[in-house]
Amino acid sequence: MLLRHTPQELAERTALTVNPAKTCQPLGAMYAALGIHNCLPHSHGSQGCCAYHRSALTRHYKDPIMATTSSFTEGASVFGGQANLVESINNIFTIYGPDIIAVHTTCLSEVIGDDLKQIINKAIADGKVPEGKRVIHTNTPSFKGSHVTGFANMTQSMVQYLSENTDRKLNLINIIPGFVEPSDMTEIKRIVSEMGIKSIMFPDTSGVVNSPLDGKFHMYPKGGTPITDIISAGNNRFTLALGRIASLPAAQLLDTKCKVPYKLVDLPIGLRATDTLIDTLRKIAGVSVPESLMAERGQLVDVITDNSQYFYRKKVALVGDPDHLVSVTQFLADLGMNILLIVTGTPAGPKFERRIREFTGDNVVVKCGLGADLFQFHQFIKQEKPDLIFGNTYAKYIARDEDIPLIRMGFPIYDRVGHQYFPIVGYCGALRLIEKILTALLDRQDRDAPEESFELVM
Amino acid sequence: MTAKIDNTTAMRIDSAEVKEEMLKKYPVKVARRRSKQIVVNKVEENDVVPEILSNTRTIPGILTMRGCAYAGCKGVVLGPTRDILQITHGPIGCGFYSWLTRRNQTRPKDETGTNFMPYAMSTDMQEEEIIFGGEKKLKKAIQEAIELFHPKAIGVFSTCPVGLIGDDVHAVAREMEERYPDVNIFGFSCEGYKGVSQSAGHHVANNKVFTDVVGQIEAPKDGKFRFNILGEYNIGGDAFEIERITDKCGLTLHSTFSGNSEYVDFASAHTADLNVLMCHRSINYMAEMMEKRYGIPWIKINFIGANATAKSLRKIAAYFGDQTLIDTVEKVIAEEMVETEKVREEVRARCEGKLAMLFVGGSRAHHYQELFTEIGMKTISAGYEFAHRDDYEGRKVIPDIVIDADTRNIEELTVEADATRYRPRKDETELKRLAKEGLTLSYYPGMMPEMENNTFVIDDLNHHETEILIEKYKPDVFCAGIKEKYVIQKGGIPLKQLHSYDYSGPYAGFKGAINFYQEIDRIVNSRIFRFVKAPWQESPELAGSYAWNK
Repeated sequence: MLLRHTPQELAERTALTVNPAKTCQPLGAMYAALGIHNCLPHSHGSQGCCAYHRSALTRHYKDPIMATTSSFTEGASVFGGQANLVESINNIFTIYGPDIIAVHTTCLSEVIGDDLKQIINKAIADGKVPEGKRVIHTNTPSFKGSHVTGFANMTQSMVQYLSENTDRKLNLINIIPGFVEPSDMTEIKRIVSEMGIKSIMFPDTSGVVNSPLDGKFHMYPKGGTPITDIISAGNNRFTLALGRIASLPAAQLLDTKCKVPYKLVDLPIGLRATDTLIDTLRKIAGVSVPESLMAERGQLVDVITDNSQYFYRKKVALVGDPDHLVSVTQFLADLGMNILLIVTGTPAGPKFERRIREFTGDNVVVKCGLGADLFQFHQFIKQEKPDLIFGNTYAKYIARDEDIPLIRMGFPIYDRVGHQYFPIVGYCGALRLIEKILTALLDRQDRDAPEESFELVM
Repeated sequence: MTAKIDNTTAMRIDSAEVKEEMLKKYPVKVARRRSKQIVVNKVEENDVVPEILSNTRTIPGILTMRGCAYAGCKGVVLGPTRDILQITHGPIGCGFYSWLTRRNQTRPKDETGTNFMPYAMSTDMQEEEIIFGGEKKLKKAIQEAIELFHPKAIGVFSTCPVGLIGDDVHAVAREMEERYPDVNIFGFSCEGYKGVSQSAGHHVANNKVFTDVVGQIEAPKDGKFRFNILGEYNIGGDAFEIERITDKCGLTLHSTFSGNSEYVDFASAHTADLNVLMCHRSINYMAEMMEKRYGIPWIKINFIGANATAKSLRKIAAYFGDQTLIDTVEKVIAEEMVETEKVREEVRARCEGKLAMLFVGGSRAHHYQELFTEIGMKTISAGYEFAHRDDYEGRKVIPDIVIDADTRNIEELTVEADATRYRPRKDETELKRLAKEGLTLSYYPGMMPEMENNTFVIDDLNHHETEILIEKYKPDVFCAGIKEKYVIQKGGIPLKQLHSYDYSGPYAGFKGAINFYQEIDRIVNSRIFRFVKAPWQESPELAGSYAWNK
């Protein structure tokens, strides 16, 4: 057994986290910053943070993740990081020539109290920021929130620094996609454009972290939201925020700062969440839903109908990020599956738990925030023995020990490809999830069936 | 992508010109510093090579490969050991990123043997602890860990905020050890901002393991030829292959620091009679301290490469000076070389004359040149991420190394001979015999004396310089880590990860050499890079048979 020291019996833990179900804010901020075209994310702290975040994101995407660091030494930690950041800004613009640097803080620079706004102004005053170039920042102390809130913070800072309302109403809507895969972002844009609606999306990592190999390294790949789009987001008609934790703060700020009204919907994972997205879009834009999307929807409903026997009352345990968990829970419950357990290390608050219970009833165990970790998740699994686990790559240690199939979802996925290229959002994404679930369950049935009941047709 | 260039052409490129081009884009201050870290190799008499600036601050804003002291301490040195329970004291990220990502394999003795490696433990420090201090939570975390996991030993690893808010992990460790006298509890001051790279963390780890673990248990192992391997971390199973070979030779491997290791092996390592050093950078401190306190000599060896492995085994046999052992070692080498040679010859035919670049670690950039040489490939440029001058130029330069403020912040222990346990392993006659046989004790000659003239040696290579290297030399393979992998490959040049081995291995020893030969054969002769351009990009002229749009 790989996790041989995990006992089934729960013991109270208040100080020790074992096998976390989250990581730190700066990682999410770096990922969000990659979603701006011609942007170089910058980590203001020790260089280890930047190395770790780049490594984690690279392992997940199998693509270049470019980001710089202030490389604090002990001296900088004592005297403040201003000199390091100003020098970084100068070096970055001189050597790497991005249009924008998106700085995020780390626990180190937060603890010493660096005032980023002031340092950036100093760099501008010192002439270190070339004409027309920009430097933005967000605060992402690692001792608060999680990678998901870090993503939310950087997205909100894009609005804070860039978006403007110049009283020139544009006939576009803003889509804030949340901490989802580049494939998901592409699919959401496709659905919106299929409906004949003009939109911008920020951040947008598609084409950045799943870029093609064409024989030349592009420091700034083709993808990413143009800065001008984020600026003019303040002139757009409406904002659609997908996912409360990752997208709401930016949408709210765009409303208060630029008077762009917003609506919050769940991440469009599964049938009903996708319905909600499309229905909302239809009402906002006053368009009718095209036949093409109706056909996709029909296929999804068809496949669910055809296979409902395999879903019925199957016990599921899920660990992941809150916005994903809300939508996936709704979907699995609609399939007739029995949700036993939901765990996220992100502090998602009581609203999260209420949303989950809307779909599952009261029997589900929901753990979120401090102390909600994979160790605890595993202990519940030992007790409840679900038929299926949803989680990131780290959950495979549990899946192997307990001999339960795992559907990989969330961050990080270090050991399989697919998430970069194939979405789980929209009707097509839901179909892909169905395929994954069925394959996992039916492979298991094939493996375990007695010879006499080994089925040819399933 | 343009055509590859061969060995001789590459050596004719004027490295000084390439260096100028690298520096051209930098602000003056940056160029001044980098010019001392980019060196064109020239080996003179007595292995004298040009001085290279290293172990110096990373330039802020530069796309560096480097990590931090925490990564060097927790990730590299202590991470590979399975039964020291490791608690990261800090916010969640550091513990998360160092969780199983380094591929250190381990094999507990049986189904019930202790193995904490799949567990990431952290105090997940919150704002409250940042403001009011985290010692209380750390104590509670240690208590919970002991009650849940019953470890023999606990290591506590400090992250950046810990030093700044003034948490004393050492005091907490002492206090908790008093409460739980059966558990050896020790803390590491390996905050990420310490030093200039992972290297500081190696030193911090060495110091603490030396003072708090080594020498705690008197449990000598049976066997005539007892030795420790220092600086082998069992990535991809390297240590397993080394264990297989040394067992076959009749040697007794007392402990490995720290691949596939257990606490008891470290704690009793002082009872062995020889230390052999794989990774000089990360653990030479331990070798020196063990020599001073316990009288155990050390020799630099290298199990990367079949010839290097053979040479290293011969060195160990020569050290013990036993004829039976020397004969067994020769027999093992002869046996193992049969298959190794067969594969090597076959692969060499397809790899001869191809070019490699290696930018990794504090030892691997040197060690892996052996493997490339064995299959006829040439290393035209190499450098380390976090090495010091002695790793480049040889230990002879140690007295000349200027100690700067960043290095001074890392404690240098003063070690004296142990009153009762100091035991010189070799007398004068023996030392003379070894000198006569050409076995140098306590010395590492460094990487540069073993590289050709006009090769490029670059310390703390960054992205900009990488792009120029690639453009000028068009190597057949570039060796670095995960952050560099896809950057290089997008340009149509394969990258071999030499931290994680691209999830394969082992590459050490004889079987490892075979694996590596075949892996490099696969990489440098891969078909896919020939298909990067689509047919219509190769010959874009229009020759339509049908005109659809008319």
